[in-house]
Amino acid sequence: MGLAGFEVEVQRETDGVLATEDMTLSMGPQHPSTHGVLRFVVRADGEVMKEAIPDIGYLHRSIEKIAEKVGWHGFMPYTDRVDYVAAMPCNQGWAMAAERLAGIEVPKRGEYCRVIATEFSRIHSHLLSVGSMAMDIGATTPFTHAIREREYINDLIEEVCGARLTFNYMRIGGVAWDLPPAWREKALAYIDRFEPLIDEYDRLISYNKIYVERLAGVAPITPEDAIAWNLVGPNLRGSGVRFDVRRDEPYSVYPELEFDVPVGRGELGTLGDCFDRYIVRMREMRESCRIIRQCLRQLPGGAVLAKVPRNFKPPAGDCYVRVESARGDMGWYVVSDGTSFPYRVKIRTGSFAAISMIQKLSKNLMIADLIAVIASLDLVAPEIDR
Amino acid sequence: MQQLVDSLFSGPPPVPLWLCYLAAMLLFGGIVVFGFVLPMAGTTTWVERRIAGRIQSRLGPNRTGPAGFLQWLADGIKSVLKEDIVPTHADARLFKLAPYVVMSGFVLAFVAIPFGGPLIIADLNVGILYVTAVTSLVVVGILMAGWSSNNKWSLLGGIRSAAQIVSYEIPAGLSIFPIVMLTGALSMQSIIAGQGWQPWSWNLFYSPFTFVAFFVFFVSALAEGNRTPFDLPEAESELVMGAFTEYSGIRNLLFFMAEWGNLYVIGAIVTTLFLGGGHIPGEARLADAPLLRVPLQFVAFFLKSYLWVIVAIWLRWTLPRIRVDQMMVMCWKYLVPIAFVNLIGTALWMVFFPPALEPVVRALLTAATVLLLVGFVRRIRFHLRHARLRRMDLSFNPLSTASVPR
Repeated sequence: MGLAGFEVEVQRETDGVLATEDMTLSMGPQHPSTHGVLRFVVRADGEVMKEAIPDIGYLHRSIEKIAEKVGWHGFMPYTDRVDYVAAMPCNQGWAMAAERLAGIEVPKRGEYCRVIATEFSRIHSHLLSVGSMAMDIGATTPFTHAIREREYINDLIEEVCGARLTFNYMRIGGVAWDLPPAWREKALAYIDRFEPLIDEYDRLISYNKIYVERLAGVAPITPEDAIAWNLVGPNLRGSGVRFDVRRDEPYSVYPELEFDVPVGRGELGTLGDCFDRYIVRMREMRESCRIIRQCLRQLPGGAVLAKVPRNFKPPAGDCYVRVESARGDMGWYVVSDGTSFPYRVKIRTGSFAAISMIQKLSKNLMIADLIAVIASLDLVAPEIDR
Repeated sequence: MQQLVDSLFSGPPPVPLWLCYLAAMLLFGGIVVFGFVLPMAGTTTWVERRIAGRIQSRLGPNRTGPAGFLQWLADGIKSVLKEDIVPTHADARLFKLAPYVVMSGFVLAFVAIPFGGPLIIADLNVGILYVTAVTSLVVVGILMAGWSSNNKWSLLGGIRSAAQIVSYEIPAGLSIFPIVMLTGALSMQSIIAGQGWQPWSWNLFYSPFTFVAFFVFFVSALAEGNRTPFDLPEAESELVMGAFTEYSGIRNLLFFMAEWGNLYVIGAIVTTLFLGGGHIPGEARLADAPLLRVPLQFVAFFLKSYLWVIVAIWLRWTLPRIRVDQMMVMCWKYLVPIAFVNLIGTALWMVFFPPALEPVVRALLTAATVLLLVGFVRRIRFHLRHARLRRMDLSFNPLSTASVPR
């Protein structure tokens, strides 16, 4: 029995006279909880899965190839589409790669604007992640509450860059525009409102008995496994590995800011289970609030965009830039041959590493647990396929 | 029904009495199904969506009619007009039959469900047994739907549903028995007659065992009605829509009508068994005025029953869904043993507990419930105070508001 290229072996177990057969389910690409167009070929014995094989490529848009054709400045809007749930870190990765190749110094205020936008983007992405996770577990209410807060952030970001989904704020050499007047006060007012709301979400869902029962102890990833499978970001930190690019390989103005790196402690189940990955995201939102508040307080004056030639031609060479996106360490490997088009671009994303682990994690889980695992790894389809 | 007919005639009736009974039953049955059950199931969708809107910090339907009240009619008409799709490889006959089986399982229950006072289509002497029997017809329908759709997700949903309903019938049934033992009858009207209008005279407060039986029954009934946290057969995020995935138009509507109508059935059974039915204060004085007494009793019964519909809606929009194995563990490891303890405990209580102390226990249990409710209200106030949700302008967008929101 073949399912679109997957030779799934049908096992007939003859138990006395009753012959049983595994059920092969095609979950996705159109399925309510695959977060975009993902597909899993699930081999299940009733409710218990033997294996779930991820099938990707439904959202492949050749973004890396496009970079070779549109030039350095022209590629900036495409980076939003790499991960449309958290677009700012992708912007930043591309801008940083180009700046490093050409040796451009970004003005201080520009760096601060970038960090503010990136951290808002992180909160924005984590809200969607925890909200849809609750929805996948069956509680629809936290999702709408998370989306409500996300709308405020959308409004704030819209004032900054004019877009509500594919934010495109950064440019090579800084950011496109300065923050609008009175935006700083609005952002501070919003952070003041949002921080207590994280406690409300905790009361609303995080420690709900059923929710914890569904997540704690499900699909634990040991720290060794997490490192071996190259997990990054909240998925890695959920397993208790304290690694954050912002802290361990600091870029931009992160060395000047004070923040903690929350890690999973296995407080309600095993270390590295779905609940740990969830709660790490909740705590990261708090840290992001801290970072934004510091940035808004320390915001220096001056220009936001360095002088960059219109016909941007960085000298030949290559560089690898790491940024901490909402889904973890995002790597940009960019090769320049000295022309106005990049020679090669390769993006390394967190979701791709995470989805490769699902086949291993899914053994002997229930189908309902697979949903929890997908949600807790925070898979975003465009980031996997690019 | 006979009771009502008898009270309407002062002298001997002009036609044979059995004809009057039959006509009254059929008439009342028709009124119940078309004038009460179907609109009630429909309006419950509106109630549910409005409450869900409040819970979820959004509006809910508010365009069709006053406060969106006619939304259920609009949705119904839309569903009727939609194409009735039967998948090519489905078992067409079973596929078409399934919604009617589910629907009849739910409508038949209304035959023995009281509506307060003398209002009941047929006060069967095996009333409560009959209701539990016909409501389990629903599982047959869902299993048929799941099997005949020829869709693996539907099949999983159907099988989950079968496992769930069959398992939870046991604690539900076992929680009914203490009341049956207490009353000494299976008939719904006799169970109501054994209680009074005062809360402390309800079966709920008879003994600690019946008090616990109430909760066991309500949880099991929710599970039988496929409601959150037990909505595994539908499980939108896992099984797309479970057994109903392939249905469209009116057949899909029938399934959902049965689901919402079943909520009221749960409420009515709970009210009958535990919450004193449709008794109102001063019934004896109004005994000669059925036209005043019966509507009041109906209202009392309806309000008590509908309260549980609202509780079920509220639970649905609050709680996540449990997993299949957790559902089974909950049934067989917790609810079934507790229900057995209740059964034996009630029997021992009836034999050994001194009747003189009974009012004390009733008063204590009532007081405990009141305290629980007070504590609960305080908890809600705590949450409201800490939510710190000030009324903000709905948007930071400078096009919609110029002020800095606060």
